Amino acid sequence: MLDLAKTRWHPIAAGYDLPLRHVFHGQLLGREFAVWRADDGYVNIWENRCLHRGVRLSIGINDGRELKCQYHGWRYSNRTAGCTYIPAHPADAPARTITNRTFAAVERYGLVWSAEEPQGEVPEIPGLAEGELLALRGIPVNAPADVVAARLKGYRFQPNAALDGKDAKVAVEASNDFTVALRAVEGGAATLAAFFVQPVDSNRSVIRGVLDGKVEGAARLAVLRHHNELLSALRVAVEAEAAHKPAPAPLEPVIERVSPELAEMPEETKHGRKATIRVQVARKWPAADGIAGFELRPIKGLLPTFQPGAHIDVHLPNGLIRQYSITNGPGESDSYVIGVKLERDSKGGSTCLHETVREGDVLAISEPRNNFPLRRDAVQTLFIAGGIGITPLLAMAQALKNQSLAHELHYFAQNEAQLAFPEKTSTLGASLKPHLGLSPDQTGAMLREILSGYGPDKHVYLCGPGPMLEAARHIAAEMGWPETAVHFEYFKNTNVIDDSTSFEVALARSCMTLTVPAGKTILEVMRDAGIDMPSSCEQGACGTCLATVIEGEPDHQDVYLNDAERKSGTKIMTCVSRAKSARLVLDL
Amino acid sequence: MSIAALCSDRVLLNDWHVVADLTNLSAAEPFQTRLLGVDITIHCRGRYNKEVVRNDTGALVNSTKRYGFLWACLGTPERDIVFVPEAEEGDRYLVTGGSIAVKVSGLRAVENFLDMGHFPFVHTGWLGDEPHTEVAPYKVELTAADELVATECKFYQPVASPTAKEGFIVDYVYKVIRPYTVALYKSNPVHKARLDVITLFVQPVDEDNCVAHPFLCYLKDGVDQAGIRNFMQLIFAQDKPILENQVPRRLPLDPRAETPIRADAVAVLYRRWLRDKSVTYGAIPARM
Ligand code: FES
Ligand SMILES: [Fe+2]
Repeated sequence: MLDLAKTRWHPIAAGYDLPLRHVFHGQLLGREFAVWRADDGYVNIWENRCLHRGVRLSIGINDGRELKCQYHGWRYSNRTAGCTYIPAHPADAPARTITNRTFAAVERYGLVWSAEEPQGEVPEIPGLAEGELLALRGIPVNAPADVVAARLKGYRFQPNAALDGKDAKVAVEASNDFTVALRAVEGGAATLAAFFVQPVDSNRSVIRGVLDGKVEGAARLAVLRHHNELLSALRVAVEAEAAHKPAPAPLEPVIERVSPELAEMPEETKHGRKATIRVQVARKWPAADGIAGFELRPIKGLLPTFQPGAHIDVHLPNGLIRQYSITNGPGESDSYVIGVKLERDSKGGSTCLHETVREGDVLAISEPRNNFPLRRDAVQTLFIAGGIGITPLLAMAQALKNQSLAHELHYFAQNEAQLAFPEKTSTLGASLKPHLGLSPDQTGAMLREILSGYGPDKHVYLCGPGPMLEAARHIAAEMGWPETAVHFEYFKNTNVIDDSTSFEVALARSCMTLTVPAGKTILEVMRDAGIDMPSSCEQGACGTCLATVIEGEPDHQDVYLNDAERKSGTKIMTCVSRAKSARLVLDL
Repeated sequence: MSIAALCSDRVLLNDWHVVADLTNLSAAEPFQTRLLGVDITIHCRGRYNKEVVRNDTGALVNSTKRYGFLWACLGTPERDIVFVPEAEEGDRYLVTGGSIAVKVSGLRAVENFLDMGHFPFVHTGWLGDEPHTEVAPYKVELTAADELVATECKFYQPVASPTAKEGFIVDYVYKVIRPYTVALYKSNPVHKARLDVITLFVQPVDEDNCVAHPFLCYLKDGVDQAGIRNFMQLIFAQDKPILENQVPRRLPLDPRAETPIRADAVAVLYRRWLRDKSVTYGAIPARM
C-alpha cells in the first residue's frame, strides 16, 4: 500500500524546473502546487489555487517578487503569499489576511522537497555530497510510487567512468517505500545513485535520480542518456505490471475553506495599538545625512504581508511609539526597511532610535497598516517627496516600476548627501527626479511645473514636511487636480488640538451612548467602554482610527482627511477630532 | 465517453437546453453530444426534421428549433424556451456565435460571463486594458420574475465592440434568466440609446463540462455578421484556458470556498440564488 503520510518529505521538482520567472506545476499525493522561485532565491510552494476564484496559480505570472493571477490580476507576495493588490478595487488596501496556503520548501540534492505537514528532515543518503551531484531527468511513470520504488531495487546501470562496460555489480545500499540508493561498481569505477520516487497521485509517480560526482560536457550527456534509456525501459515494465491491477482511485486532497471574515467582502481589520511582532535590528546604517536606515527581521516566522504606503508602529525601549513607513519594494518580504530622521526637536523618539538602538536589539512592532494605499489604475502617477517623506513613496515607486506603470518620483532635499536610500532610488532609473537646495519660492515654482498638465486618470501622492504639503495641495487644486486625485500623508499633526469641549457619542451598531468630557478623546472614551478600535499615531495623521459619522457635525482637527471628506461630514478621526453638535452618531 | 453523473435537479431536467447550433448539423452524419450527463444523438431526417435520441435507452427526446439552435428537454417541459424580445426586431442581426466546448461546469461559465473584473487581464486590448482595472459599484437585485439583474455596471473598454474605434466607458446590464442562461445588454456605439444583446445559452454537458452557445442580437448599423461572430469567438477563446484552470471545476456554493470582493456582488447573489433553487448539478453544495 502506498504510504499517504503527510508528514513525509517528498521531492516535488528538480532545481532546473524553476528557471528565472517561471511557475512550475507540482503535485504530491493528489494535491497540486504552484512552485516558483523569486529573484531573491526564495522558493515558494503554494496551494495551486487563487483564493479569489480558484484559478491555478501555476498559470500565473512570476514577476520575480510577486505572483500575479491570470484571471483578475490579484498579486501575492513572495514568501508570505499574502495578497498585496486587488486591481478591481484600486483605492482599497486589501485585507491583510487574504493569504494563500504555503508549504515548506527545502532544497537538497538538486531537488526541491516539500510535505503537507513535514516532520523531521529530508532523507539523508550517506555518501551523497551536496553540490557534487548530477541530477537525472525526472521520469514520469503511471504506477504507484511504492511499486516503482520496489522495481528500482533491481535497477542495473554502469558507473559513470565505465559506461561502455556491461558487468557492473550493483548493490542496494539503502531503501524504503520511496527511496532506493544503489552503488554500481566495475573495476575501479564506482557510482552511487539515489532514486527518490515522488508520489504524484495514487497511480502516478516521478522517478528523480541523483548521481554522486560531477560530470561535465560530453561525458555528462552520455551519462544522462545511459540512465534515460534504462529508466525508460524500467518505466515501460512497471507500467505494464501496474496495468494488470485495478487502478487505485485518484487521491482527493481537501481544499481548506477560507475564514468566515473572508467569505464576506473584507472590511478593514480591527485592532488596537498592539505590538504583536518581535523583530531584530539586523542592520543599522546611515541611509543619508541625518537619516538612519534600519533593517528589521522577524525573530521567528515570517513578517506579515505589506503593501506600498503601509506603516508600522515601532515601540521603542523608552516606551514611546512611533510610526515609520516601510520602504521595501514588492516581494522584499524577509525584512522591513525603515528610515528614521533625527529630528532637531525630537521628543525622544528619533533620538532613541539614532543613539540607543543598535544592531542586534529586539523591538516590538505592530502589523503593517495601510492608510495611504496606492492605486495602480492611473495612466500616470506623480510622487512628490520632501526629505524623509521619501519613505512611503519609495515603496510605491518600486511597486509601479515592477509593473512597468508610468510614474515620476520628485524628491526634494537640501543637497545630494540628504538623498536617502541611494541603493533603492538608483534602481528607479530616469523616473527619479531629485530637486536639490531650492528655496521655498523655487520649490513652489518647481511644484507648479510638475503639477501642470493634469489629465484624467493621473494621480499624485505627496509626503513631506507640513508647509511643503500645504503648498503642493494648494498648487494642485489651482492647477485643476480634483481632490480625488491628490493623495497625501503628513508625518505629524502640527495643529493645536482643542479638547475643551464635551459632547455625547452614540455608537449605532453597539447600541451605546458615551459622554466625552473635556480633556479626553473619543478614542479613549470608547476604549474605556471596552470597544476595540484600531489606532496608530493618535494625533490625527495616519488614518487608522477612522470612523463613519451617521449623524451630527464633526469638529475636524486632523490632517488625514481631505477637504471634500471634511465637508461631507461623514468621516471622523476619533483620536483628535470632536463634535460641534451636542451629539455624534457613529457607525460602530 | 466516460460515465457521467446524472442530473436529479427537476428545474434542469424539465427545462429546455440548447444541444446544437443548427448550422453544425449535417444530414450526412448524426451528431453526438451530451446533455446533463446523458449521451444523445441528433439525426437529421430530411431538411427540417431533427430527431434527438438517448443513446442509453434509444428513447426519443423532446426537441425543437429556435433562434438558430436545436433545443432538447430530457424530462417534461415545464416552461417555454427563454424569450428574447430583441430577436423580434427587424433592424438587428441575429447571429449564433459559434459553440465553444469548455472543460468546466456551465455554472462557472455563467459566472465568468457576469464578471467585469477579468476584462483587462483576460481580454487585454479588447474588453479592457491595464491599468484601467477598477470595477465601480453597481446595483444587483432579484426581480419579481425571479431573475437576477445587475445594473449601472460600467467599465473602461479599449475596443468594446466590432465598430468601436477608441476606448470609452461602456454601460452594461446583466441578467441571469435561468441557472444556465445569462444575458448581457450593452450600449450600442452608434445608437447610444439602444442596446446590443448577447444571450448565452450554456449547455450543461455534464457536471464538469459545458458548451457555451452565444446568441447575439446586434443592431445592423456599421457592423457585419462575420465581424460580430469573429469578435465573439475571439473573446470566448480567451476565456476558455482560464476557465479550464479553475479548481474545482464545479461551482462551489459554500460561501467560504472562495473569496469574493465587492466587484463580485452579482456572483455572490447568483450562488445564493442557485442555492435557494436547489440547483446542484455542476455545483458543489454548501456545507452546513
Ligand atoms: S481568480 Fe485569481 S484573481 Fe480572480
Ligand atoms: Fe471573459
